[in-house]
Amino acid sequence: MIVLADGLTLVQRKLLHLRHQPGTLVAMLVMPAVMVVLFGFVFGSAIKVPGGGNYREYLMPGLFVMTGMFALSSAMVDVAADQGRGVTDRLRSMPTARAAVPVGQTGADTVTGLIGLLILLASGLAFGWRAHHGLGHALGAVGVLLLFRCTMSWVGTYLGLIMPSEQTADALAPLTLPLSMLSNAFVPTDGMPGWLRVVCEGNPISAAVAACRSLFGNPGATAAGGSWPLAHPLAATLLWSALLLAVFVPLSVRRFTRAGL
Amino acid sequence: MDSPIVSVHGLRKRYGDLEALAGLDLAVAPGTVYGLLGPNGAGKSTVVRILSTLTRATAGQATVAGHDVAARPDAVREAIGLAGQHAAVDEKLTGRENLRIFGRLARLGRRGARRRADDLLERFELTEAADRLVSTYSGGMRRRVDLIASLLRAPAVLFLDEPTTGLDPRSRLDIWAIVRELVAEGTTVLLTTQYLDEADHLASAVAVIDHGRVIAEGSPAELKARIGSHVDVEVGGEADLAGAVAVLERLTGGRPAVEDLRIVTGVPGRAPSVPQLVRELDAAGVVVQDVGVRRPSLDDVFLTLTGRTAGTGGAGGGTTGTPQDGPEAQKARRRERSTEGATA
Ligand SMILES: Nc1ncnc2c1ncn2[C@@H]1O[C@H](COP(=O)(O)OP(=O)(O)OP(=O)(O)O)[C@@H](O)[C@H]1O
Ligand SMILES: [Mg+2]
Repeated sequence: MIVLADGLTLVQRKLLHLRHQPGTLVAMLVMPAVMVVLFGFVFGSAIKVPGGGNYREYLMPGLFVMTGMFALSSAMVDVAADQGRGVTDRLRSMPTARAAVPVGQTGADTVTGLIGLLILLASGLAFGWRAHHGLGHALGAVGVLLLFRCTMSWVGTYLGLIMPSEQTADALAPLTLPLSMLSNAFVPTDGMPGWLRVVCEGNPISAAVAACRSLFGNPGATAAGGSWPLAHPLAATLLWSALLLAVFVPLSVRRFTRAGL
Repeated sequence: MDSPIVSVHGLRKRYGDLEALAGLDLAVAPGTVYGLLGPNGAGKSTVVRILSTLTRATAGQATVAGHDVAARPDAVREAIGLAGQHAAVDEKLTGRENLRIFGRLARLGRRGARRRADDLLERFELTEAADRLVSTYSGGMRRRVDLIASLLRAPAVLFLDEPTTGLDPRSRLDIWAIVRELVAEGTTVLLTTQYLDEADHLASAVAVIDHGRVIAEGSPAELKARIGSHVDVEVGGEADLAGAVAVLERLTGGRPAVEDLRIVTGVPGRAPSVPQLVRELDAAGVVVQDVGVRRPSLDDVFLTLTGRTAGTGGAGGGTTGTPQDGPEAQKARRRERSTEGATA
């Protein structure tokens, strides 16, 4: 109970950041918007969607997942900054519940993720993207996206806690971009060389993207001759999240409790 | 003294090969300010971090407000406040929001946190800036918010790690005033500092630490008495020298050393005041150009106690790789120092 109450207080802290700097929400959307233009219009004409279909319909689920992936870098930077500036030490010297700090961080990332996602969905609709399988499936896809974002936020929280400094975290943060591109988010994997295809299809991002495509009824959900994760994207996404959470939640809580001991 | 509210026995902390604390003992009487004085790397922050449950000691025992820090960290956290070497507040929030959030995390409840934050902001004169983002605050205001954040629970023991380092004199005085007020209300304060005058103004007891050990302990007056101060007098001409030396010998009990028209006198214990010196020299018919009393600095404390200066290099706690002076060299320098007056 205390964990939850303290966690909510910390969620509120992050939401207050948004209130003071609404620009960060805009910044969260700039990258996907650039991607829509770059991929949707520039490269899109040259990319053939497997099984046919509109490339922009294919692209949007990739962007939804990619913004979820950014929670990894933003959580890492936030947590490393708190640690570098002594805020984490202050919290650790108070009778605050130990687990509340990572819970607050990831809870806040999930809530801001929902806000960002709603804006992105709206802009997707403006670009001609549609959810074809009805409201129930669409809500399911939103659920998958939030779970994915929350999972990435836990991974980022742990990485932030083990960063030697805020600067290191800042320097590493842009790496999430190439990581999210090593997947089926922007281009189909069936044209890739064998080894690369294995890497990309094994990437949890690919499973999440494929799950969204199938729930939204967008083209390219399952690649022909694809591996198990892409044949069962929803199950693969849930398994990935369960696995990553089972590792990184206890690791983060432990690290927060014991850092510096 | 009353039974100590903070007590430390044989505290050791190793970081790999480095022994940050090498068997440290402390006892802090309730309701007092205790100063930990030492150069960079002496181990001051390490002591504070162990006592505030952020780090575990390698060996030794420490209790705060009756609770063992290793066995009952939760109980210790209920009783303490900590303001570390950084201003540990959220720059992207206003001062008031920071205090409300920290107040809720400190178990004051939503309404309690709100009220306490407003009270403290008012009391420490931050109401005007309270609704501005902390990122727009001056260094002094940040420190004040940080200090207030450590007071939300009205802690029995407050740890302040170099609370005024990097502040201008005015902000420094503000912080000192707050510390005095808190102590008047019964809070016990353990503060670390690199400034002798800070310990002198605030603390009733001081431990000088170096390389993770207490090398001297006592009231600031006792420490200064051990170290003494210097009186500098510059006279108008050769003819004034003899008269001035006689006055200085009488007033200080020290041995004045003459160099051109300057006379330097090492004073064991308390030095006479500048007005008194001027008055007496004047009465003896001496023409005086300049009179000054140099109070002992941390450098003097270190030079006297260890034979080394307290500069960032010399006493770097083993981090700088400076080879240690042998005991002979130390003794030689101490000798040099103690006879400075006579030979200069
Ligand atoms: N986490 C750590 N890992 C390794 N060494 C450390 C760590 N923390 C402190 N030290 C070392 O322990 C020694 C004591 O450090 P401490 O921070 O306690 O000194 P200090 O007296 O607070 O110095 P300063 O005036 O610079 O704040 C130093 O040599 C420092 O380099
Ligand atoms: Mg320190």
